[in-house]
Amino acid sequence: MTAGINTSYRSQARPGRDGFWLLLRAEWTKFRSVRGWVIAMVVLVIVTAGFLLIGKVACSNGNSACTIPLGPGGEAVDDSYYLVRQPLDGNGSLTVRVTSLTGQIQAGPSPARVRAGSGSQTANLRSGVAPWAKAGILIEPDTAQGTAYAAMMVTGAHGVRMQYDYTGDIAGLPGDVSAALPRWLRLVRTGDVISGYDSADGTHWTPVGTVTLPGLPATVQAGMFAAAPSYWRKAGQSGTGGGPTLATGVFDRVGRAGSWPDASWTGTDIGADAMYPQLPGGYRQGGGTLRVTGSGDIAPDIPGLSASISFALLGTFVGLIVAVVVGTMFITAEYRHGLISSTLAAAPRRGQVLLAKAVVTGLVTFCFGLVAATAALAVGVRSLRQGGSFIDPVSTLTEVRLVAGTAALLAVAAILALALGTVARRSAAAVTIATMGIVAPWMLSTLLSQGAARWLLAVTPAAGFAIQQAYPRYPQTSIDYATDRAYGPLVPWAGFAVLCAWTLAALVLALFLLRRRDA
Amino acid sequence: MSEPKGRVAVWTVLFPPDPPQERRRSDEGRQRLKAARRRGGQTLHAEWTKLRTLAGTGWLLLGTVAATAGVSVFAVESTSCRDGLGCPGDPAKLTLTGVQFGQVVVAVLAVLAVSGEYSTGMISVTLAAMPRRPAVLAAKAAVVTGLVLVAGTIGVLASVLAGRLILPGHGFSPARGYAPLSLFDGTVLRAAAGSVLYLALIALLSLGAATVIRESGFAIGAVLALLYMFPIIASVVTDPHWARHLQQLAPMTAGLDIQATTGLSSLPLSPWAGLGVLAAWAGGALLAGGLVLRLRDA
Repeated sequence: MTAGINTSYRSQARPGRDGFWLLLRAEWTKFRSVRGWVIAMVVLVIVTAGFLLIGKVACSNGNSACTIPLGPGGEAVDDSYYLVRQPLDGNGSLTVRVTSLTGQIQAGPSPARVRAGSGSQTANLRSGVAPWAKAGILIEPDTAQGTAYAAMMVTGAHGVRMQYDYTGDIAGLPGDVSAALPRWLRLVRTGDVISGYDSADGTHWTPVGTVTLPGLPATVQAGMFAAAPSYWRKAGQSGTGGGPTLATGVFDRVGRAGSWPDASWTGTDIGADAMYPQLPGGYRQGGGTLRVTGSGDIAPDIPGLSASISFALLGTFVGLIVAVVVGTMFITAEYRHGLISSTLAAAPRRGQVLLAKAVVTGLVTFCFGLVAATAALAVGVRSLRQGGSFIDPVSTLTEVRLVAGTAALLAVAAILALALGTVARRSAAAVTIATMGIVAPWMLSTLLSQGAARWLLAVTPAAGFAIQQAYPRYPQTSIDYATDRAYGPLVPWAGFAVLCAWTLAALVLALFLLRRRDA
Repeated sequence: MSEPKGRVAVWTVLFPPDPPQERRRSDEGRQRLKAARRRGGQTLHAEWTKLRTLAGTGWLLLGTVAATAGVSVFAVESTSCRDGLGCPGDPAKLTLTGVQFGQVVVAVLAVLAVSGEYSTGMISVTLAAMPRRPAVLAAKAAVVTGLVLVAGTIGVLASVLAGRLILPGHGFSPARGYAPLSLFDGTVLRAAAGSVLYLALIALLSLGAATVIRESGFAIGAVLALLYMFPIIASVVTDPHWARHLQQLAPMTAGLDIQATTGLSSLPLSPWAGLGVLAAWAGGALLAGGLVLRLRDA
């Protein structure tokens, strides 16, 4: 009888380090052998990627070609302004004094990209200067849209700036310009290099910046310009107002050094037929002064959602619901069928069970998410472009980040749902909480005031969608990035980190409860 | 089952005619009718007892009221057009915003009413006691609808009250042509009552979906995806023809047309037609649920 105890069965399997791998394998087997979950993963790919096959985005620009000029760096840019110019041969410089910058704002009804030349252009004008209204001097190889340039300018509310190639922006003298406080601006061209200087009195000059415009031809265009971006304002639920604006800069003491073959100035309204909302500009010369009036902007183009490459990833919202359901079910189904008892009996270290489940859910969702996001970008963007809409281009690195980020977003959401499912042990509650935590803030944000919407999208798991922002934020535009649908209050990785923090917190709570509670 | 499995009308499958040999004298028929009524009443009573005694039901009903009224107050409170710029054109619709969130709780309630029975195995007992399965579903639908109507009415009334009290201080003053919200105004009454009906129809849609899908997580996911997927698709499609069709087809967008009190001519559907679309979705889901319930083993 006693011998029985000594010879009782002992498992030959070695306990220890390969335990976790066995657990992972067990969880993977559970996942792949449930047909519904595999089907759900395929559905996830279809709903995430398949959206754009249904319809096409029509270009809002009527008959003319829906294109936006590309800058020297390959990014989409706005390049509409009024230029009063002369050719400059070889090296030389241009110096002006700016004595005033005034403007007019059109309280138009349509904040959308309105086609220039339509509607009553001079109606509803009231005086006002847009913060980024610009007047100053610039040097560029030609007057084509999207060309390289370097410029010194006074602005409506941001002092003197040196800007170049659309994305570059260097601050000069602060403060607004007026007759009492004029600003002197100077651009010096030496080969490919252009240096900008500013001065308050015309004698003491401060270098602001030096930029190189590679391949600058011998003869360049130099002159005075004025531009004023359209303004926007948001007022409550879907209430926006705005319209194009005008800026008028008054220049005098124009000094030219070097070889300027033309005797007189030529005025050109650049980009008048482009998509950027614009009012007609012009210039007036007399008494030693030049008044240049212009509309438009020389700046990087900030796409709305429908011109953003992230638009092709809109299906992620629905794909995310699928990921949440699968993530939840991966644990709640065990509770429902009582399998959890066997699982925990086989692997008493409950933390490792939860970890293995999280790894399997996350990896599987990530892989299917990769397929979905790749397909969405490849198929969706092509379909959108064939439909005639202009999608602002992005670099390959950004595309990789969008694809991997979308997959990671889905994976982390699935893990969050898994953790919530472990806490709630009921699928209905977990699915609802996870879905509403990620989707509802986006729905709510359209109803709230800007401050509340910003706050909501920054602290809830919905912040994770920030990883799908495709374009950098440039401070030298008047766009309110925090409430823009294509951006958000947080930069991509910060927003994703918020989602991860929520997931981590939910996992810790799930682990705590899983250890404490009877299964 | 004795019915032929080939081509049969849906109605015949759901409510098979009594076998002809059972037709007797009219007196006996009257008694059978009485018994059937009693059975119907018992089914209803059983469903009521089951739902009433679940701890979650009360909380979910409370949640419906809270979500509807709370989000409405939030939306109204955070909308301001004191300077007269960009006032939303439809204060009634704004006031009823919370319905978009109350519907989620309603969907959970309705799904759990069915899925809960499957997850605990209670469904076997239910169907053993009430073999007429469509009657079980009908009784469930009646009980859930009744509860949702009550909760929805409270939530919607609270929303309208909030709009009436808060909006005039936020720029929606009579001076600007915004009359205070009043249920005596026909269109506002239609929007408010329609919102309550909307919630009830969402409950029926969810109930039908849950009967087909059975598992609560999948069912909730499917309902939420169905509700939110269409607006997302519609925002992708800017071809106006397609976008309009999608808005006419989508259960949520079409159903919420009932809340519109201004710009009715530009709506994709008239308010009641929109609610009709949602009713068709709900009816379709219930029908599918009834069929599946009848044809499938529990």
